[in-house]
Amino acid sequence: LLLLLDFNPFDNLLCILLGISFTVWFTLLLVFIIVPAIFGVSFGIRRLYMKTLLKIFEWATHRIERGAKDNNHLLYKPYSNAIIAKEPTSLEEEINEIRRRGSNRDLDSASEFEMSDIFYFCRRGVESIMDDEVTKRFSAEELESWNLLTRSNYNFQHISLRLTVLWGLGVVIRYGFLLPLRVTLAFTGVGLLVVLTSIIGFLPNGRMKNFLSEQVHLMCYRICVRALTAIITYHDSENKPKNGGICVANHTSPIDVIILASDGCYAMVGQIHGGLMGVIQKSMVKACPHIWFERSEVKDRHLVAKRLSDHVEDTTKLPILIFPEGTCINNTSVMMFKKGSFEIGSTVYPVAIKYDPRFGDAFWNSSQFGMVNYLLRMMSSWAIVCSVWYLPPMTREEGEDAVKFASRVKAAIARQGGLVDLLWDGGLKRGKVKDTFKEEQQKLYSKMLVGTQEDRSRS
Amino acid sequence: MGSRASTLLREEEIEEIKKETGFSHSQITRLYSRFTSLDKGENGTLSREDFQRIPELAINPLGDRIINAFFPEGEDQVNFRGFMRTLAHFRPIEDNEKNKDPIASEPLNSRSNKLLFAFRLYDLDRDDKISRDELLQVLRMMVGVNISDEQLGSIADRTIQEADQNGDNSISFNEFIKVGNVYILYIDIDIDI
Repeated sequence: LLLLLDFNPFDNLLCILLGISFTVWFTLLLVFIIVPAIFGVSFGIRRLYMKTLLKIFEWATHRIERGAKDNNHLLYKPYSNAIIAKEPTSLEEEINEIRRRGSNRDLDSASEFEMSDIFYFCRRGVESIMDDEVTKRFSAEELESWNLLTRSNYNFQHISLRLTVLWGLGVVIRYGFLLPLRVTLAFTGVGLLVVLTSIIGFLPNGRMKNFLSEQVHLMCYRICVRALTAIITYHDSENKPKNGGICVANHTSPIDVIILASDGCYAMVGQIHGGLMGVIQKSMVKACPHIWFERSEVKDRHLVAKRLSDHVEDTTKLPILIFPEGTCINNTSVMMFKKGSFEIGSTVYPVAIKYDPRFGDAFWNSSQFGMVNYLLRMMSSWAIVCSVWYLPPMTREEGEDAVKFASRVKAAIARQGGLVDLLWDGGLKRGKVKDTFKEEQQKLYSKMLVGTQEDRSRS
Repeated sequence: MGSRASTLLREEEIEEIKKETGFSHSQITRLYSRFTSLDKGENGTLSREDFQRIPELAINPLGDRIINAFFPEGEDQVNFRGFMRTLAHFRPIEDNEKNKDPIASEPLNSRSNKLLFAFRLYDLDRDDKISRDELLQVLRMMVGVNISDEQLGSIADRTIQEADQNGDNSISFNEFIKVGNVYILYIDIDIDI
């Protein structure tokens, strides 16, 4: 302090000011964020923030539309809306319909093949070129409104000074204030998780250990939730997954885990990674039994199934959390559920997660960004707003196989979340579609041609 | 950001496409978004692989033939103009177009151009005749492995017999028109924006 007094008194003042502001900063952090996270209460600051933002976004969108009209610019229209009304008719119905249009003949005496039959395939093909159900699920949903993030805006031209200033202010707030705050919280949350779970690992197995482990997990996930400014609304909490069950949910991003695990305790399933992830995984499993697989074990389906069923049979262990789609989808639809988790035979607790895309798109397009890049994008968005619905538990019925059970659960989740229920495999994100689907179409058409011949030979 | 905004269509281009194809302003911009989303290479053109990435098209038995129709002779890339020109064949004929000036060039979505599109799905070598072989090829694509060669052959023979009028054992475009004219409006696709 004596040394400081030797310097310019202005420097001295600066140091004191900096010291005070840091102290204030950390106290605020502690009081408003970390302590509530520990006890699971909320001041409602985030909801207020959300309402304010919505009003600003509305204004911004109006301004863009007005500006575009005044200057006769063309507005980029988001293309995720379906433009062709497709009726749910079968191949046979459609082809018969075409044939009927062409003739007044009775269908019984219709020929087996008509040259017009190609029109069906031709039209279906071109319809899918204009608009298909699958390819748009693997890129971020596009919106009509603008949320002041350049990454989600395709109409950004200089429309008005006020709008640009607002956007600039947004950048300063998001990168100068929110991002550092969130990164600090994230490190705190993860750090506490690793340290505390390792400590708990030393306790003898028993009720005390389980209780402490649950509290620690919940607390750290809650801090992470605040690190993303995630505003989550949980519905129907009476249906929360119980021990001995499997929780399945639709998958949009790695954040799904944080969202669910901050409201309940789950046993995670996954592959052991290296690096920081690996450290976190290894310390988590000291406190309570999660199911981590080595890379080599993942391919062995029997081993995976055995470990999962062993876990659910032990009712002292937490419910397992699984994402049956196997990959991240952009939250406008639910794609095929892999049947593995539905073969185990325990109670399934479906959960639907729907993100509100107005605040920041949560979809992780892993071909576009790596994990770190993705997390930085999340932390520099305004907020992550989502709704979670806990659906009533379902079990496999008599005579129902795993595939049917999986589709039933998927349909329930899609209905609740307002998502499109698709039969297509999420694996189409990276791979080609199987030839068996084309063969099915060919088989159906062949039946139409050959079936008529069988009828003929009968009569 | 950035790349999308800079590849927005210019007004003049939209007007040209509108005149050539008859699509409306909003239909053109919407199909342009579709074109850019299919264009993974972001070079303003689509290749055959870009089309094959659409699962519903990949499982269509005639998928490859339909994709072929978009690419001009011997070329491997199609730009947006070419894309729209092909799609224009599927635009429904509007009432006010029926009475248009007969001297003006025929619109892409006239009945005869629609029929020509369908005809070309069969007529791979563009000799303006559908031979027995060409017919068999298309039939084979549609039925896969489920019907024997003999059965398919007899179906093809029967079809040619019914449609062929000048006895050359193949189906010309005029003979095709007589067969297909009634059904042709089925392939119209309503784009609702």
